[in-house]
Amino acid sequence: MKGTNLGEFEEIALLTILVLKDDAYGVSIKREINEQGKRNISRGALHTALSRLEEKGLLTSKQGQGNEDRGGRPKRYYEVSNKGLAALQEAKEVRDQLWSQVPAFRLQ
Amino acid sequence: MSNKSAHQPPRWADRFLEWYCRSEILEDLQGDLYEHFERNTISKGKRKAKQIYCLDVLKFFRPYTIRKFKIVNNITSFIMFKNYFKTSVRSIARNKLFSAINVIGLAVSMSIGLLMITFISEVTSFDRFHTDGDRVYRVNNKYQYQQEDPTNFATTSVAMDERIKENIPGIESQVLMTRGFGGDAKLGDKIIPISGLWASEGFTDVFSFEVLRGNPETMLSEPHSVVLTDETAEKIFGIADPMGQTFQLGEDIFTVTGVIRNPPFNSHFTFGALGSYITFMNKNGVGEKGERWKNAWNNMWMNYVYVKLEPNTRVEDVNQKLLALGETESEKYEHITITASLQPLYGIMAGPDLSNNIGNSIGGEIIWILGALTLVVLLSAGFNYTNLSIARSLRRSKEVGVRKVVGATKGQIFNQFITEATIISLISVVFAYLLFMLIKPQFLGLDPSIQRSLQLNITPILFLYFFGFAILVGILAGFFPALFLSKLQAVQALKNAGSTKLFSKVNMRKVLIVIQFTLSMAFIISASIAYTQFKYALGFDLGFKTENVLNVRLEGNDWQKVQTAFSSIPEITQISKSSMITSTGSTYAADMKYGGDSTELFYNDIDENYLELMGHELIAGVNFDKKTPDTDETEIILNEAALKRFNLGTPYEAIGKQVEVDNKDVTIIGVVKDFHYNKIEEGIESFGFRSNNQGFYNVNLKISSTDLPATMNKLENAWNELDPVHEFDSKFYNEQIQSAYSQYQIMGTIVGFLAVLTVSIAALGLLGMAVYTAETRMKEISIRKVLGATEGSLISLLTRGFMWLLLISAALAIPLTYLFFEQKILNDIENRASIGVLELFTGVIIIFGIGILTIGSQVRKAARANPAQTLRSE
Repeated sequence: MKGTNLGEFEEIALLTILVLKDDAYGVSIKREINEQGKRNISRGALHTALSRLEEKGLLTSKQGQGNEDRGGRPKRYYEVSNKGLAALQEAKEVRDQLWSQVPAFRLQ
Repeated sequence: MSNKSAHQPPRWADRFLEWYCRSEILEDLQGDLYEHFERNTISKGKRKAKQIYCLDVLKFFRPYTIRKFKIVNNITSFIMFKNYFKTSVRSIARNKLFSAINVIGLAVSMSIGLLMITFISEVTSFDRFHTDGDRVYRVNNKYQYQQEDPTNFATTSVAMDERIKENIPGIESQVLMTRGFGGDAKLGDKIIPISGLWASEGFTDVFSFEVLRGNPETMLSEPHSVVLTDETAEKIFGIADPMGQTFQLGEDIFTVTGVIRNPPFNSHFTFGALGSYITFMNKNGVGEKGERWKNAWNNMWMNYVYVKLEPNTRVEDVNQKLLALGETESEKYEHITITASLQPLYGIMAGPDLSNNIGNSIGGEIIWILGALTLVVLLSAGFNYTNLSIARSLRRSKEVGVRKVVGATKGQIFNQFITEATIISLISVVFAYLLFMLIKPQFLGLDPSIQRSLQLNITPILFLYFFGFAILVGILAGFFPALFLSKLQAVQALKNAGSTKLFSKVNMRKVLIVIQFTLSMAFIISASIAYTQFKYALGFDLGFKTENVLNVRLEGNDWQKVQTAFSSIPEITQISKSSMITSTGSTYAADMKYGGDSTELFYNDIDENYLELMGHELIAGVNFDKKTPDTDETEIILNEAALKRFNLGTPYEAIGKQVEVDNKDVTIIGVVKDFHYNKIEEGIESFGFRSNNQGFYNVNLKISSTDLPATMNKLENAWNELDPVHEFDSKFYNEQIQSAYSQYQIMGTIVGFLAVLTVSIAALGLLGMAVYTAETRMKEISIRKVLGATEGSLISLLTRGFMWLLLISAALAIPLTYLFFEQKILNDIENRASIGVLELFTGVIIIFGIGILTIGSQVRKAARANPAQTLRSE
């Protein structure tokens, strides 16, 4: 099981990509995390995480079209692979299971 | 693919990113950054956005983004090198004129460069043979009289040696040396003059001169011991073993206790013999007077102290202690402050020019000046290469285009052209070496002092330096052309090779030409100013007459005998004696007091005939009487400046007043008209003629002869009869003055020589440009001619551009050189020639003449060509 364990940041990144559907590329992912997670992440950290996820096979990416804003450079769109989906699923299950066992009064 | 948005992120950050980032992720990463930048520009403003962009670029510098070392690429470069080499050689061979201009220019300037390299490497190699020489320092004194500018001396006091031993820790060994050991060594009836230093026992600990015989530890510890160099030993004893032998020196008998190999050429001081210091001490340091002498902090004119620090002693600490020591000791003296500091042994030769130096030093300043001048000449030749290469790049642009299409990178093109420049400079360095061998003896012969202290030997390591130097020159000269050509866009270069748009940035060429000619003119102007000043100094009225005066060194001979011998020669009309020769740069000074005031009094000891012989004008009072050697000094003749300094009234009022000179009361018996006793750069201050009657070193002869060589012969014969040991050392006063001003002559020669070089290099460059212009505009000229342009109008059309450049150069060179000389060089000089229009404009006229000749010859050829021939071959 080791290796498919997701880090907190990786999980957020994968989920954000799923949320963004077809428009998941560097800038949009960062903005989404900034807005939803109310935290400012560094571009470098995000890019490192994305490329690590791709190496692990949890993400796939493809080149898109460039536009003027980007000085004519193409975007790299990310998509969560099946393996990535499975990893997310597993992470959620572990959490849900734990959540369900937490006594209600502890949370008050 | 060009970026159409109004805002650009900082170029350097972008380039940096492109440089380090792996190409697979570069596009996407850069895109993200651009998009973000755009957004930030709108929300946070341009400046902030740029800052963020730079920061982001730096933050992305992570292991996974960095491109891998491209070994494949390097192999390609290596393989391609052969091709570059071949193309370069072909291109050099094809353009014979341009290659020749470049090679000649570079060779000429590089020969100066080689000279400089040899010079600097020799100067910095001085004294390196001493073991642990990096820990050896000389104690230098700084002497300040009241609030005047302090003077730095290489000498220090005998007391300093003692105080350092007592007060300053961390010193491994130290040596005290004093000038003046030597004289005529007598062995039987043989007399050999020897000269050297008094040296204390520490000599062999501090220095590592090779000891051939004797025990280094003890050879200088006994009184009346002497250590000879092998050369001196041979002179005195021939082939016999000198150890333990004795000879007489003055009143003392010395025993030889050691032999040292002659100091090597690259030692900053030299000696023929060393006398044990204790001998000197026993003679001078005893009694009340001796004690005073030993402890006098201001007795600092003859002695040198060298120390070897312990390995862990810090120089700053010792310097601090020396400063404190100097301040405490100086409190005992009313008007003077004498402090000391350490000077590293290795820095002595190339160090500052100090008074009372023990040997010759070159002086760091001179090295800097020569270095700077060399650089200027080199720059000039480098500019030639750059200019001509850029001009010709029009022809090479197709080649670059093809290479780029086939797949050459910017870097490869750059390498190719750098290679080409390096090949040119390597060819040049070979010629430069030949030239260097030619100018080396000229340089050494410039001045006797240069010859004494330099040999400019070629050592193997120098060839390595020369090679490195050639490579460096090649890279620097080829840098701009290479950059320029490697930037060409393949498409443009191929499509439209002749387009002027490609070369829109060649204004740099004009700037380079202007710099070149400004420098050339500045050189010529400087040379002519130096020459004028030299002439002026020689023709200056010193206030007395030096014509036909021959000064002869007395060499310790009995005055009476000398006088008798010379008086018998009829051509000698007058004869006198003096302690020194005035107006040649050296001065004697004494302390003069009057009415509670005191100053430095420059002086000369003379006899009763001197004033008349030299034509000094007595304004008031009388000359000295004839004195016998044992008469006390009771009289003095002062100059007008001294009267003014002490408010002694008019010359007539001053006569009879008592002043104190060197603690002796003397009466003013005469006043002499002010004259230039020092070099004319200095002003006239208090000066006095004294009649101390003891320290005479010179005989002054007034000669009236129609056959000078015969008279000189007679004099020499008379001398040789009188003193067979010493050579007849005589010089005409005018010659002595001339050599005192030789600095101007040397400066004029060097600058003049460099002027010739820079001018010829610049002219070569101009020729190249003119040839090029004429060639490229041939068609235009022909069409103009067909349409009716006259030869004259064509010439003026083609020449105009260059003439403008020359005019701008002149407009820069004249005021700059003028200001430089007015403010920096001639500023401190009391009496100097004024810089005239002639000096300023000679350079400009010469340059214009040369410029018109070079350009004109080419342009005329172009303008005269038959247009039909040029236009037919389309």
